[in-house]
Amino acid sequence: MQLTLWTYEGPPHVGAMRVAASMLDVHYVLHAPQGDSYADLLFTMIERSGRRPPVSYTTFQARDLGGDTADMVKRTVAAAWERFHPAALLVGESCTAELLQDQAGALALSMQLPVPVVPLELPAYSRKENWGASETFYRLVRSALNERIAAGRGRERMPGEAPVANILGPTLLGFRCRDDVQEIRRLLESLGVTVNVVAPLGAHYADLQRIADADFNVDLYPEVSSLTCGWLQRTFGQPHTHTVPMGVGATRDFIDEVAALAGLDGTDRLLDAGLPGAGAPADCRLPWYARSVDSTYLTGKRVFVFGDATHAIAAARIASEEMGFTVAGLGCYGRESARELRAAAARYGVAALITDDYLEVERAITEAAPELILGTQMERHIAKRLGIACAVISSPIHVQDVPARHSPVFGFEGANVLFDSWIHPLVMGLEEHLLQMFRDDFEFNDAAPASHLPAVVRQTMAVADVAADKDLPTWTEEGERELKKIPFFVRGKARRNTETFARSLGLSCITVETLYDAKAHFSR
Amino acid sequence: MSNLLDIPVLSAGACGQPPVLKERGQREVFCGLTGIVWLHRKMQDAFFLVVGSRTCAHLVQSAAGVMIFAEPRFGTAVLTERDLAGLTDAHDELDRLCVTLLERRPEIRTLFLVGSCPSEVIKLDLARVAERLNTRLLPRVRVLNYSGSGIETTFTQGEDAALRALVPLLPEAAGHAPRQLLVVGCLPDVVEDQFRRLFDGMGMDRVDFLPGRRSTELPAVGPGTLLLAAQPFVGDTMRALQARGAHWLRAPYPIGVAGSRAWFHCAGHAWGLDAQRIDAVLATAQRRAGEALGRARTQLSGRSVFLMPDSMLELPLARFLHQELGMRLIEVGTPYLDRDMLAAETAQMPPGVTISEGQDVDRQLERVRAARPDITVCGLGLANPLEAEGLTTKWSIELVFSPIQGFDQACDLAALFTRPLARRAALKV
Repeated sequence: MQLTLWTYEGPPHVGAMRVAASMLDVHYVLHAPQGDSYADLLFTMIERSGRRPPVSYTTFQARDLGGDTADMVKRTVAAAWERFHPAALLVGESCTAELLQDQAGALALSMQLPVPVVPLELPAYSRKENWGASETFYRLVRSALNERIAAGRGRERMPGEAPVANILGPTLLGFRCRDDVQEIRRLLESLGVTVNVVAPLGAHYADLQRIADADFNVDLYPEVSSLTCGWLQRTFGQPHTHTVPMGVGATRDFIDEVAALAGLDGTDRLLDAGLPGAGAPADCRLPWYARSVDSTYLTGKRVFVFGDATHAIAAARIASEEMGFTVAGLGCYGRESARELRAAAARYGVAALITDDYLEVERAITEAAPELILGTQMERHIAKRLGIACAVISSPIHVQDVPARHSPVFGFEGANVLFDSWIHPLVMGLEEHLLQMFRDDFEFNDAAPASHLPAVVRQTMAVADVAADKDLPTWTEEGERELKKIPFFVRGKARRNTETFARSLGLSCITVETLYDAKAHFSR
Repeated sequence: MSNLLDIPVLSAGACGQPPVLKERGQREVFCGLTGIVWLHRKMQDAFFLVVGSRTCAHLVQSAAGVMIFAEPRFGTAVLTERDLAGLTDAHDELDRLCVTLLERRPEIRTLFLVGSCPSEVIKLDLARVAERLNTRLLPRVRVLNYSGSGIETTFTQGEDAALRALVPLLPEAAGHAPRQLLVVGCLPDVVEDQFRRLFDGMGMDRVDFLPGRRSTELPAVGPGTLLLAAQPFVGDTMRALQARGAHWLRAPYPIGVAGSRAWFHCAGHAWGLDAQRIDAVLATAQRRAGEALGRARTQLSGRSVFLMPDSMLELPLARFLHQELGMRLIEVGTPYLDRDMLAAETAQMPPGVTISEGQDVDRQLERVRAARPDITVCGLGLANPLEAEGLTTKWSIELVFSPIQGFDQACDLAALFTRPLARRAALKV
């Protein structure tokens, strides 16, 4: 058993729902107990969808367990087919149904429906949401392309014909997928690449059958699409991109990669070399904004990054190379990309944190005492508890991260969005200076949040919150007073450093002098 | 293929009761785990640990996770393959988790182990785990268990199961103890305070509420206890309290002016007060509430309403909407019909209304679409899709999460129904 206060991912059948609900004519029959239809709310409320997710639940109850729950599966499949006439039917089980072993998928197959039935085997006690989405998408694409496998590549590109690509991976409940797709589609089209199929988001089942017609695939959300992209490469010889275009640098790399796959040159016409942000179009403002002197105070701000591997790795690069932050911690909750994440963490000289245990993330953040957390909805809880600024960069998300306005995080406009949203929670430069100079102002003080943010009570400060360690040297009264003169957002780090320093010297108590000795020691 | 489906059964209503349409099919309702979302706010020294799967954890956080918690008071012990394969002793594992948890949260006094569908299906004996943990942790922390699984409980029934688990812990009222009123069912603090003031005014000086604000301060129960349900979904708790000798007072629920009046009269009458005395105490609040409802009545009178099953509050709500606001009832759905608990409410349903128990959601939606009600009361899984079809909805969960009981909330309750209509009228885009 694992103690979970917050879970980063739902069960795998929610991943399958994400794929089904993202598509337009696929229905999903889910063998599940009464109550599991809560997942509909993710789509109708968080994604604000105006249609019910295309899911029929068997919703068995205790009284059904003595009877024939397998029969309920058959009745639900029959009723779903009768009512919705989907182009393809997914059939699977939730965690409780998995224990009953009614073999829902096999039962549905035996019913000889006139449309493809795709049985899903999603082990709910060992796998999670993203795996479920990835597996479901793969099974659907395989089912759609089944008859074409023998024929191989669908189409040869004629000389002079525009290169054609699929955009694979965007789903509902993914982070900003709706706008990322628009941004990347526009980027590809401005490069002269035709977009063939976007899937699963907004695709019909018949669209999946056309996937093999493209020259290459954009593996936009590897958590969902890399399994499928790998299979398409092996089966139809379609190469796929490896760079996720989040951040200015990554978007440039992505363009290079697309140019190579598409056999294009002259992509630099996109990029205006005349501006300080060389290598980005003029309406990509991040490079200039980050260079402008107002951003100088951002230099070296310590940032902790956590999320799915795709967004976390990309965010760390932006933080370090494009914003001038110091990456104080980097981690992800999906084990599938652990290797890439470790490599990235090594580049920033931090330990990689690969865990889906919320409490472990909380411990690592407390330990690193950053000034900014870039994370998921879950890190917002930690940030609130520790009184640290926070911005969301990855799923899981809540309703405020499916905004009405255009808000991509990929491509050049995505970089603009990220600049704004990461800076927003930080105390602004002038205020930061004044807070250091004058500590006892009744309105602007340590305990008050940044003055442009809505007033919230800072419940605890990062430093006060760490459980007292018995081995730690004790602080003298003046030492403690002096520590309070250090601005709150770096105070946690200062305390930690001083204690480490004192311990390394075997000191039992910390005075004002120890504090400044440690400061000098660590700035060498 | 429709012959494969359950045929709805229309059972004749016994002795003057309206007939009930019983349906079985896909149910679009929450499981009892959802009760944790409000129970943990009420009992601030309790922690709710679900023993279940990742689905359970996901449900609770999806429901409550938009609030940002510095210190959440609920969590899930997620079963893994090792637990299912019997590679680890589930009891030892739970012991370990609970101890870790309580180290982190030393202020917790009561720990609820909450059963789920997976833990019920694999027959994990949480009662025994709780017993074992108690021998280790008492008196600092008390460990209890109940089931909030979807296979056994629907939405608000989770509260019933939690309160039922508290019943054996209630101290025995001494034989010579003076009579006392026990109000059962979680009420918002503001409502509880109002009710207490009114009871005080009536001279009823020994009134307790279950649950209270602290899980450790439990009222005594015994033959001198008068039991009054504040919520229609606490049937099992009422029966368990009755089994401990308490006397069950049957009343409509304190929803709307008439419901609240009848509720207080029932309690006061059992206390030995005469109707005049009771009315004198209620007069101010009753007059105020009646006046406050005036505007809502003009807006809602004659409008039609369709209530889909959700919380078991549907019948008392329908009674209020019909009797006090003049709304036309099309169908009143309830997830289950506890006749013990709802007799006083079903008796007041007007002729012609369909009462439905259970659900076959697609068929019920067909009835909604055919009737095109002015307001459909439904869950959040259906609300936006129905709005997109041009129907006005009132999402039902809010009725569980808002102060709606008593006189001074009657107009707030009415406003929950006028607001969607006013909004639809206001929006010009």
